[in-house]
Amino acid sequence: MSTITATSTTTFASALNTAMSDAMEADESVVVFGEDVGTLGGVFRITDGLTKRFGSNRCFDTPLAESGIAGTAVGMAINGMRPVIEMQFDAFAFPALEQIFSHIAKMANRTRGRVRLPIVIRIPYGGGVGGVEHHCDSSEAYYAHTAGLKVFTPSTAADAYLMLREAIDTEDPVVFFEPKKLYWSKAPEDLSTLRQAYESESENSRRIGAQGQAVVVREGSDVSIVSYGPSVATALKAAEAAAEDGISAEVLDMRSLVPFDEAGLIRSVEKTGRAVVVAEAQGFVSVASEIAARIQERCFHSLASPVLRVTGFDIPYPAPKLEEHHLPDVDRILDALDEMQWED
Amino acid sequence: MDDPKTAPEPGHEKAEQASRIFAASRSFGITPEQYMLPAQQQIRMLDAAGTLVPVEQQGTGPGHEYPIPEDEVLLKAYAALVAGRRINDQNYALVRQGRLAVYPSSHGQEACQVGAALCLEPGDWMFPTYRDTVSVISRGVDPLEVMVSFRGDWHCGYDPREHRVGAMSTPLTTQLLHAVGVAHAAKLRGEETVVLAMCGDGATSEGDFHEALNFAAVFEVPVVFFVQNNGYAISVPLSSQSAAPSLAHKAIGYGLAGEQVDGNDMVAVLATLRRAVHLARENSMPLLVEAVTYRMQAHTNADDETRYRDREEVEQWKQKDPLLRMQTFLTGEGLLDDDAAGRITEAAEKVASSLRQAMTADPAENPLEIFDHVYAAPTAQLLAQRAQLDDELQRATTDEGAQ
Repeated sequence: MSTITATSTTTFASALNTAMSDAMEADESVVVFGEDVGTLGGVFRITDGLTKRFGSNRCFDTPLAESGIAGTAVGMAINGMRPVIEMQFDAFAFPALEQIFSHIAKMANRTRGRVRLPIVIRIPYGGGVGGVEHHCDSSEAYYAHTAGLKVFTPSTAADAYLMLREAIDTEDPVVFFEPKKLYWSKAPEDLSTLRQAYESESENSRRIGAQGQAVVVREGSDVSIVSYGPSVATALKAAEAAAEDGISAEVLDMRSLVPFDEAGLIRSVEKTGRAVVVAEAQGFVSVASEIAARIQERCFHSLASPVLRVTGFDIPYPAPKLEEHHLPDVDRILDALDEMQWED
Repeated sequence: MDDPKTAPEPGHEKAEQASRIFAASRSFGITPEQYMLPAQQQIRMLDAAGTLVPVEQQGTGPGHEYPIPEDEVLLKAYAALVAGRRINDQNYALVRQGRLAVYPSSHGQEACQVGAALCLEPGDWMFPTYRDTVSVISRGVDPLEVMVSFRGDWHCGYDPREHRVGAMSTPLTTQLLHAVGVAHAAKLRGEETVVLAMCGDGATSEGDFHEALNFAAVFEVPVVFFVQNNGYAISVPLSSQSAAPSLAHKAIGYGLAGEQVDGNDMVAVLATLRRAVHLARENSMPLLVEAVTYRMQAHTNADDETRYRDREEVEQWKQKDPLLRMQTFLTGEGLLDDDAAGRITEAAEKVASSLRQAMTADPAENPLEIFDHVYAAPTAQLLAQRAQLDDELQRATTDEGAQ
């Protein structure tokens, strides 16, 4: 991808949309369904135009029932399809949890690998868009905790395209978390270049793969800011601000929570000797907790300071008037950096 | 119900399924309501003694016609009934001997179990529950493979795709949606696959029951929902489960046809299910069949049935035993003589004896396999945990050797 000459821009949303249409073009067993994904193109327009282009057999609206959507996907995947289903909002996915936890996650295991379910569950998640209650949850920990699911969350338009295509082509079920505040962000990416990169596998240096490759999005030497999804942009801004104070912060985008790139994490923290984990979700019993625990277990002798977490508070999401107080922001990350031990 | 073709209000056009129901009911010369609602009484061909019921008392009528299956199908059903009863009793005994971890028996429900398997073509699919062992075996899956999960193994034993039988499902009614999905995928590919989706009376209270019936009707897919109403959900009787006139009445709310059948009458169960499967296939539409039967034994070995039902109630149902009724009927019709009956019993005994042998053996298991199928390619995390367990196992072996 280093060869991209940015002659065009794309939004995160159109990267996702193109990933689905390219996948549908490449494989006729790929079907897209959910609530309002057909004629309307989804409430966020991520499936815009798919029904028109591929017909209502390939992209269709379902009755309004999330367990029904997930359970139907199970049956379709058993019978040779690759369903890509949309949960309209993070908290609306909860009625589907029994299907996701008891069947989608376990089917391969309980059939001894004979029936794998290549299902992608797309979930717009996170806050920062002025959404009302039940529309801004960060629910990734529930899924990451469930053995048998993969959990991806891109933070850039390029990854939105490449990771969604990879998710659709993966034999395992993938819960694909889309940071909704990034949907309309623009990036200097050319979709046809990304398509080419994905389709000639050797050129896709950003493959998640079996080990969940994380990427260093900013090099640094004093501290690792470990993040994913919507918090990566905040982490980058904090790293820039920290540089003004003379702190060289590295920013690591985990991208895939399952599989988890522990080797990539260790590499970064062993280099910098300090780590702060940033995520929107409540911190208690969270993915951020897991990352902090792993750093402590694996990098203890390289650490110059305790591992800190900057996360949402342990409260129901305070949408939308007070959300700014809840979400990790640059100042809160800088405060955490200040709190760290800096003397030798 | 209005003809869906006449002037719907703007924005309120009816689903295609409504037109199909209308067309089907018109072809039978009845109203859509008469087509979708169950007949006035349970469909019944054999009385409790096993005598053929006069046709005008069978509960059938226009749109609710159920031709009696051919002789060889009836004989095949009887053989499966005998084997099914034997399997139930053998497994019950194996639990008591500590050879099986658990066995939810379908003793008393064997007519439903057999009917569910025999109404399907080889290319069709079945989605059973944990109490449908006999259905899965009657469908042709090796009894030894079916039993492994009850032995306490961590997997379902058989290959669902090879046999077109879903892995027996424990979370209630979740499998009904899988049935809808399988049927929908087949429909999109232009295949004529009927899917039989099985559940019990208690399961009809679950949300997925509602979602599955609704999705199936909206998607116009050939799924036959087969509810075995055995009177109890563990301890809770039907009266505490549903206030509907019958479970078959639930169908009309979703725009599909429902029928109630005597679940202990092998002839009626088979006739009703075969007709439902035929209609589903011909019209690409879902139907619901409720079979009224009885769970003669406790929910499982962990359950104490004396806490919630009388012995007398169980005794009354003993008088309606599906096996004896079918035996009396076939013998009376001259379809079953002592020789044939002997051969059928012998075959059933063979299955029971192989079950006994297999479940008494303790096949060596590889504990490390618990990591191998979670993902298509193992993650670094699982590889590390696998190595940890491997190391523990090897040290345990070394310790044993040292002692």
